[in-house]
Amino acid sequence: MADVPGTARCVVIGAGIVGNSLVHHLARLGWRDIVQLDQGPLPNPGGSTGHASNFIFLTDHSREITDLTLDSVAQYKELGVFTESGGFEVARTEERMEELRRRMSSAKAWGIEAEMVSPEFVQEKVPFLDKDQIVGAFWQPGVGVVDSLRAGTIMREGAVAAGALTTVPNVEVVGLDVEDGRIRRVRTDKGDIEAEYVVIACGVWSPKIGDMAGVSIPLTPAVHQMISVGPCPQLAGQQGEISFPIVRDMDTYCYERQHGADMEVGSYAHRAILMAPEDIPTIEQSKLSPTELPFTEEDFDPQLEQAYELMPELLGADGAEIRYAINGLLSLTCDGAPILGESHVKGLWTASAVWVKEGPGVGRAVAEWMTQGWSEIDVAHSDIARFHEHQKRREHTRLRTTESFIKTYGIIHPNEQYESDRNQRKAPMYDSQEKLGAFFFETAGWERPHWYESNADLVEQYGEAVMPREHEWDSRWWSPIINAEHLRMREAAGVIDLTAFQVFDIEGEGALESVQQTCVAQCDVAVGKVIYTPVLDANGGFRSDLTVMRLGDTHYRVVTGGAHGPADRQWFGDHLVGEATLTERTDDVATIGLWGPKARDILASLTDADVSNEGFPMLSCREIQVATAGGAVTVLASRISYVGELGWELYVAFEDAAALWDALLATGDTHGTRPMGIGVYGTTGRIEKGYRAYGFELDAERSIVEAGMQRPKVKAADFVGRDAYLAQREASPKTVLCTLTVEDHTSASGVKRYMLGGEPILTRDGGTLTDGHGHHPYVTTAGSAPSLGKHVLLAYLPPEQAEIGTELAVSYMEELYPVVVRSVDATALFDPSNERMR
Amino acid sequence: MASVGVLVCVKRVPDITEEVALTEDGQSVDGRRAGFTMSAHEECAVELAVQVAGGSDGEATVLTIGDADAVEQLRNALAVGCTAATHVVGEPFAFGPADVAREIAAVVRDHESAGRSHDLVLLGNDAADSGDFQVGIRLAYELGRPVVNGASTVAVEDTPEGPVVVAVGEGPEGQETYRMPLPAVVTIREGGVEPRYPSVPGRLKAKKIPIEERQPTAEPAGASRVRMTLPPPTPSAVQILGEGPEAAPAVVDVLEKLGVLTPGKVAP
Repeated sequence: MADVPGTARCVVIGAGIVGNSLVHHLARLGWRDIVQLDQGPLPNPGGSTGHASNFIFLTDHSREITDLTLDSVAQYKELGVFTESGGFEVARTEERMEELRRRMSSAKAWGIEAEMVSPEFVQEKVPFLDKDQIVGAFWQPGVGVVDSLRAGTIMREGAVAAGALTTVPNVEVVGLDVEDGRIRRVRTDKGDIEAEYVVIACGVWSPKIGDMAGVSIPLTPAVHQMISVGPCPQLAGQQGEISFPIVRDMDTYCYERQHGADMEVGSYAHRAILMAPEDIPTIEQSKLSPTELPFTEEDFDPQLEQAYELMPELLGADGAEIRYAINGLLSLTCDGAPILGESHVKGLWTASAVWVKEGPGVGRAVAEWMTQGWSEIDVAHSDIARFHEHQKRREHTRLRTTESFIKTYGIIHPNEQYESDRNQRKAPMYDSQEKLGAFFFETAGWERPHWYESNADLVEQYGEAVMPREHEWDSRWWSPIINAEHLRMREAAGVIDLTAFQVFDIEGEGALESVQQTCVAQCDVAVGKVIYTPVLDANGGFRSDLTVMRLGDTHYRVVTGGAHGPADRQWFGDHLVGEATLTERTDDVATIGLWGPKARDILASLTDADVSNEGFPMLSCREIQVATAGGAVTVLASRISYVGELGWELYVAFEDAAALWDALLATGDTHGTRPMGIGVYGTTGRIEKGYRAYGFELDAERSIVEAGMQRPKVKAADFVGRDAYLAQREASPKTVLCTLTVEDHTSASGVKRYMLGGEPILTRDGGTLTDGHGHHPYVTTAGSAPSLGKHVLLAYLPPEQAEIGTELAVSYMEELYPVVVRSVDATALFDPSNERMR
Repeated sequence: MASVGVLVCVKRVPDITEEVALTEDGQSVDGRRAGFTMSAHEECAVELAVQVAGGSDGEATVLTIGDADAVEQLRNALAVGCTAATHVVGEPFAFGPADVAREIAAVVRDHESAGRSHDLVLLGNDAADSGDFQVGIRLAYELGRPVVNGASTVAVEDTPEGPVVVAVGEGPEGQETYRMPLPAVVTIREGGVEPRYPSVPGRLKAKKIPIEERQPTAEPAGASRVRMTLPPPTPSAVQILGEGPEAAPAVVDVLEKLGVLTPGKVAP
């Protein structure tokens, strides 16, 4: 048996679809001296790839997942292992039909051929389906099946043939050695390998391997049940592996996929059956394979009945027997996204929690990322750096995946909140918020008030101006109170809890150089200045946008959104220069926003500090003393706004935050001020000002120029992405971020509808638009602009449409609504000259 | 032919197709990873029970002694054609072969006095976990019936003297055929019949059949087992037949020896 080599540039652990794709792409990008290990034999080492049902549906509501899937399909086609069958998602209920119309929106937005079809259309293509069970279907002709084992073999053997790869099967990894924060060596039962790079790509076993290096890879092995029924006489004599479209029976969380003369029925309807990676049997202990566990019939029985309902003649045919039934293991994560990228251990990467439909796309993205620091498809939502501490607990993964498993085929509202494992992080003023009737959303584990029921009286006061939504879907996870709070902020002021911000300090002799080379904006500014800045990758795509305060000659404070905070912290930490340290401050510093025309009066009445425009100008920060019931507290006040009003972000020590909160509310009360939720901060206030948000308008596939955020000058100092940014400034943009308003909300049924984001932008008569990247425009943010009385949409449009006044349409639930382009750069629709912020 | 009532007795056992592990107390085989099943002998017994009963319009009843989990094995037998089920509820490892024989006999007698006759009782030749080889004979003795052990097929034939069970099995001298009057007991060894898989409608029907639940008639005396131990692992003997296309003839030879390829037939 082959021993392992003593050294390698890169060790890839795992020879499933992900590991095989990865070694192929690394070799293609010029990597040599790669060693690939697997505990099992080739070509099927016994992981999840080996028992995958291998079909690929194309449309996901996530652009990132869809792009990885489309790239994977292209690769499978090139390898000659893709068979197009077409696929239906069938609806048994009207509620599901509405969800399928949403799928149509996503299909149009991501450029996938699809249509809504009748039960008769389905039965024509799948004659053994009982059309009376369904009300309609979403049809994607491009759906198909792949041979993932064959694909992996071709890719692996290609890398071997190129002289780039040595593959060693039947070898077990027993340890990972980390020295000085870097991966040094992989220990195996057949010898040690010194390595510069190690990639954990071993699916359900990844957490166990990650633990060997102290790296949390928070996925859980979970059971997906599958049976195969046959031989079915109706399928006998069909040529090849598949000749009928695959049917996803969405309301019963089942699928039916023909495989030769057999029909496979898979289920996501049973209880979540999770496993610890350590409890997966060994190859020797397994009857079939370690990831094909004994079938538990009682879990499957209800689905069997529903499948039989849909295809009685086929599944009940004479001679058709349940010939194969497994509890197959696959990987699930707390947020449904894969786990990719470099861990906090330098050189130790992961490509885990990936399904067959994303495998080759992930292999390419991670290989590009390892090679050049960025990938063509932005995989930020899958970055391993995204996890907060509370998410690294196995218990969190267990609870969240238990909750989400049943939603695999579920109807999930874009703003839907998890119920399990909440209350992980609470702001110091949580008790007060709860008393005020806060409706909490979760961000990065923090409980954040999205609106306050105590402000319900304002809804009555403002009447129709709160833009009430009559359709249940549009108003789910929403309240007209948000818009009422917004109007009150514009009229008086609002107090907003922003404690979820991620805050970290960069200090030391190298602090200036460190932030200079990470940020686009000029950071060599006077102490006491506040800087808003994009952060780019080497390709000039957005890594983030955030604010930096210069608190001293050698002291900067970075403030960024909670959701993306850990990734930003890792990015800054990776780019420290010279003598510089990064100190996490998130759990020491609470943040309260105070904005509105009365903000200055309120703050002035609580402090002796000069808070006039001259004494405390825009984009400046300094410490002030603020009076509270318990005495004066020290507050770092920063004159900045994300909602387009005069005001401050007030940073305060955790122990003083509740007192400051109470003082602001008590004083504000006399000015008509109210506590306000993130609904105002994150959506209504922001969208009226056209402010962009990372993860919505800004991502690694967008440039500063396309986002309309370029400044007249570029600083002389070098920074990551500078060359790319300079080039972007010279070229004409291929797409332009625009602000649009909806002109008529009335649907065919007469009910007014309000878009929520993600919808395609089309021509007035429903024609497709395509930008210079080949992408189709879609709504990146949608929200009420109560001060304008309009529903506002942000979307990247092709340059030809990016003209004020262009009349287009937005498609929502398969109906067209007229929209008009109102802004083609960062100019705000509300208070465009920013008078109110002075 | 008059209808023949068949009782088939099954036991929930760990699936020991692969590496066997024992429970910590050494009293049983650990099936948590491998899963549970009925033994291959019993799967064949169930198939024969369904064939014999079905062929004569009789009832095929499946019986087990075990805890609540053992219902799974009853349902599996119902899914492939058994029409009734009896569950003697008890901790399976507490029952020795004599206990099991007594409980089965009690079921047969009670059913008979209620008008349900089990003319033929089928059992597996031996249990996959404990391997005691005793229950069939003890049961026959309890019931005063003739018994044949290790048959691979059974059939019931009508004769002028009444129905006769024909049991065929492999003996030391070759094939042995036994003919016995009913009622009788036969223990089945796998290999004579191909057990069917459940169909979807069969599985759905099985869920709806009520299961008779009963308590043991006496406190079990147990098997007096001290503990089980695993034999030393047998070293795996891997023989490399060759590499690449040149290895093909050697592979064909092996497949022919296994009987999965017929010599001389060339694929089109």
